[in-house]
Order: sequence, then C-alpha cells, then structure tokens
Amino acid sequence: MKNIFLIANKEIKTYIASPMAYIVAASFLAVTGFFFVASVSDAFAEASIRGFLAGAVFFLIFLSPAITMRLLSEEQKLGTLELLLTSPLKEAEIVLGKFIAAFSIILLMFLLTIYYTIILLIYGVPDIGPIFTGYLGLILYSAATLSVGLFASALGPNQLVSLVVGSGILTTLTFIDFIANRLSPNVAKILNHLQLGGSFSVFDQQSFGISEGGHFADFARGIISLGDITYYFSITIVFLMLTILILESRRWR
Amino acid sequence: MINVKNLSKYYGDYPAVINISFELEKGDIVGLLGPNGAGKTTTMRVLTGFTPPTEGDVTIGGYDIIKDSLEIRKLIGYLPESVPLYLDMEVSDYLEFMGKIRGMSDSKIRKRLPEVIETIGLGEYRNVLVGKLSKGYRQRTGIAQAILHEPKILILDEPTIGIDPVQVIETRGLIKELGGNHTLILSSHILPEVSMICKRVLVIHEGKIVADDKPSVLSEKLKTSEQIELTIRSKNINEILKELRNFNFIIDARENLVNQITNKNDETINLIVEVKPENNAQEIIAKSVIEKGWGLVRLNSVPMTLEEIFMQVTTDEKPK
Repeated sequence: MKNIFLIANKEIKTYIASPMAYIVAASFLAVTGFFFVASVSDAFAEASIRGFLAGAVFFLIFLSPAITMRLLSEEQKLGTLELLLTSPLKEAEIVLGKFIAAFSIILLMFLLTIYYTIILLIYGVPDIGPIFTGYLGLILYSAATLSVGLFASALGPNQLVSLVVGSGILTTLTFIDFIANRLSPNVAKILNHLQLGGSFSVFDQQSFGISEGGHFADFARGIISLGDITYYFSITIVFLMLTILILESRRWR
Repeated sequence: MINVKNLSKYYGDYPAVINISFELEKGDIVGLLGPNGAGKTTTMRVLTGFTPPTEGDVTIGGYDIIKDSLEIRKLIGYLPESVPLYLDMEVSDYLEFMGKIRGMSDSKIRKRLPEVIETIGLGEYRNVLVGKLSKGYRQRTGIAQAILHEPKILILDEPTIGIDPVQVIETRGLIKELGGNHTLILSSHILPEVSMICKRVLVIHEGKIVADDKPSVLSEKLKTSEQIELTIRSKNINEILKELRNFNFIIDARENLVNQITNKNDETINLIVEVKPENNAQEIIAKSVIEKGWGLVRLNSVPMTLEEIFMQVTTDEKPK
C-alpha cells in the first residue's frame, strides 16, 4: 500500500512539473466547452451537461491514452523499469501507483469543468440528478479508458505507439456496434454489450455522440444501473491485470 | 553469500549464459570480465532478479532467486549498464525516491542522504535536474542510488563506461572505497580496471566462465609465453639473433625497434625475446651472451598484461 502511494506521488509530481498535463487539460476544456455551448445555446435547449458529457466521452478516447502514454513507455525507454523491477516492489504496486496518478490528474481536470454546472445554475434550472450521475459515469468511464491507455503504455518504449494503440483499442470499443451490426445477429448481441459509450453522431443535437446502446447513455439520462457500473469496473480491472501481466512476463522470458 | 550453480539463460534459442557456477563470500570483490555480449549483463540481471534463470539454482543470502525474489531485492544495490535515471527529477529528489522504494524510512533517508551525496561528491548538484548533469555525474548519481540503502551486495554493470578519463579514475577510486563495506560484483571489459579494483576475476566468454582466479595468479597461470627485453653492446645483430634462435625454448627473437632510435649512438642493440615459460631462460641467455663476449647491458623480464591474458583465454584460435 505504501509503495503504491510512493509511485503515485512521484508520478503526480512529474505530471505537475511537465507541460503535457496542462496541454491535455486545456484541450479537454476547449473541446468540452465547445460541446457544452453547442448544447445549451439553442432557443429551446435544456439546461443539462449532456453536451459536455458527450464531448468528454468522445474526446477521452484520445486524451486518456495521451495522459497515460508516458507512464510505462518512458520507464522502458530510460531503462528505469529495470531499477523499479529490481527494487522490492511488486508489479501490481507499480501499475496501481501509476494508474492512481493518472486517475488523480483526470479527476482534477473534471473538477475544472464544474463551472459548466455553475453557469447552468445561474441562468437556468437544471435537473441536479442527471448532472450527478453524469459525473459519476464520467469518472467510471475515465477509469476504464485510462486503464486501456496504461495497458498500451506497457507494450513498448515508444510513447507515440502507446498513444495510437490505446486510442485504437478505445475507438474499436466505441464503434463496436458499427462492426457488430454487420455481423450475424447473435454475435452482434454479444459485441453490443461491449460498447464503451460514444458514437459517430457527435454533432447530432439529440444524442450528442452518446450511443443509445452504449453504457454511458443511462448515466447521461440520470439513471445509475448496475450493469453499466459493472461494465466500466470490468474494463478497468481487466486492463490493469493485463498491464501487470505484461510487466510480469518480462521476468519469464 | 551468493551461490550460483549450473546457471544457464537462454533468450529463445540463443544461449546468453551456459552452465556457469561460482560462489561468493561476504565482502568479496569480484570482477566479471569479458568482451561485449559475453554474458556479463545477463549474469547480473539474473542475480538482481530482473530475469529468471532458464536452468540452475541461484541463492543469495540463503534466499532462492525465484521463490524469494522480493527478499533478495532488498539485499541488493544495482547500477545497470545504461545508468537509468529520471531525467526530469532533481538529484536529491531522485535519490530520495529510490531510497523510499527500497523501503527506507523517512528518518533514515534524512540521515543517510547527505552522507551519500558527500561520499559520492554530488554536493554542488543536489538540486540540479538529473537531465542536466554530465555523463560522469549521472554515473555518480547512479552509484549513489545503488549504495543509498546500504545494501549487503552491490552490483555494478560497467560502471566506468562512457565517461572521461579523469572521471574514470575518480569513479574507480570511489568503487574501491565502497568495496570494503559490500560484497561487490563489477563487470567490465577494461582489464586494468578489474585488476585494480577486484581481488578475484571471473573471465566470461560466450556465456561460459573460462577463468576464475586472483588477477595476479591469473597472469601466472595463463602464461604461455614470456617476453624478455635484452640490451647488448655489439654491432653484429644478425650473429646475435642467429645464436639466440638456436635455443629450443626461444619462440622468437627480434629487434626492438621502439628503443633502437633513442640508443642509436651508444652501439647497443635492443632485442625482444619471446620464450616458453618454465625454463631458466634469463639465466641461460645471460650466460651465453657473456660467453660470446658481448656486453650485456640489460636483461629484463616483462610480465604479461591482463589484456594479453584476456586475448589468450578468449581467442578462439587458442588450442584448448
């Protein structure tokens, strides 16, 4: 436990000292801000953060791997992984520490978006329920995407490759309905359950890019469902375990 | 302390280390010597628990390298060949982090860190970013992280590679000082370094240990020839060479061209005579030179350097 905290603490310090985190946060605010404005500036628009959520869900496909791409790739490139793995640390402690650091940074980023809600409260009468569940969904969703990004980062020393692989996996999961619907109905049924949350229709005024069939739809609507929570938890845990396995496999080559 | 028995390590089909065995006692200072790709780094990586052995048993301090890897890692301070450092951290922050992940308490770090920074000579640079340090100071930072937690065993992989000559000498001195408190394993392909620092040398070639002894004994043992420098006051070099070549223990006799120019005026001839060992070569040569009536100015036995021994044990042409 102490070791997890040590690793997390070091990574958070590195994030704060490097420009990457600020660039990611700035572009996140810019993109989600655009979606938020687009969703509330219509004549009969509803006072909700749906637009922001849609923008976030879509953009995190690229931003989460950008946040995590350094974490394990850099260790491999610098060779410092050899020092970590010859210290009395378990692979799981290294991976969890890094994950917690990335998760903390993304939570901090979400905290900055709270002003969307404040604007809604000043100029309208928003329904607090969906805002709360929206943020809850976003937190779970970001954990899943960061875990996929961290997995990609464990694969090799090249950060760019990590970014592309991570985004690739997330894009596939996002548009899996697109693939599934072209296959036999039975396969489609199974694959559709894996859908991450976003969809192609990012400029659609109704959905704002949150797929109806995906696991984010209910959160955006104000519903907390056990299935959706389980899904995001599972993705997070499966990819964290795969990451740990990759690090451990180095010992058995 | 360290017990390696029939260790082999294969990367796929490629054998990096083949069936090596050795034992180290507490306080031993051992050099792993061998050309690039001989298996030095692989051996060290097995000892540090970074890579598991394919075959064989390794125990360190009574712990098994596979079953008790975490315990063994607590005993070891390790500097990998590439000197891995976090370039975006300050020296003292980096060392503090390394100390912490090795399980040092905050109070222990506070006490130990200034000591180590002092010993290693990093005082001026404690608040400098690691990325801005010169290669030599990065090397020092790397050594500092290896000794910070006072490990029983210190493993340094090519600690003087890629730094300038002055820093090499300083680093060697530093390592020699450290030797007293640790069981030290050092790898190198620079031979004088090993003979200077280490009390025992393991010569590794193509994954096998080809020699294991003290540096001085090693040079005795592996001698297949000996060189004698001979200076004679005479003009007739051909007569001398002909005479010397008559002895069956002499492998070769030739003029020492290096010294000849400087001594040109005093009518002396400098020769290098290569002889087989285990003969009283010097005595016989001296006797015959005097009998012939030539003036014997100097007769000097040249010990073989580690380089030459190294070439002999690792050159494939050598008959086994």
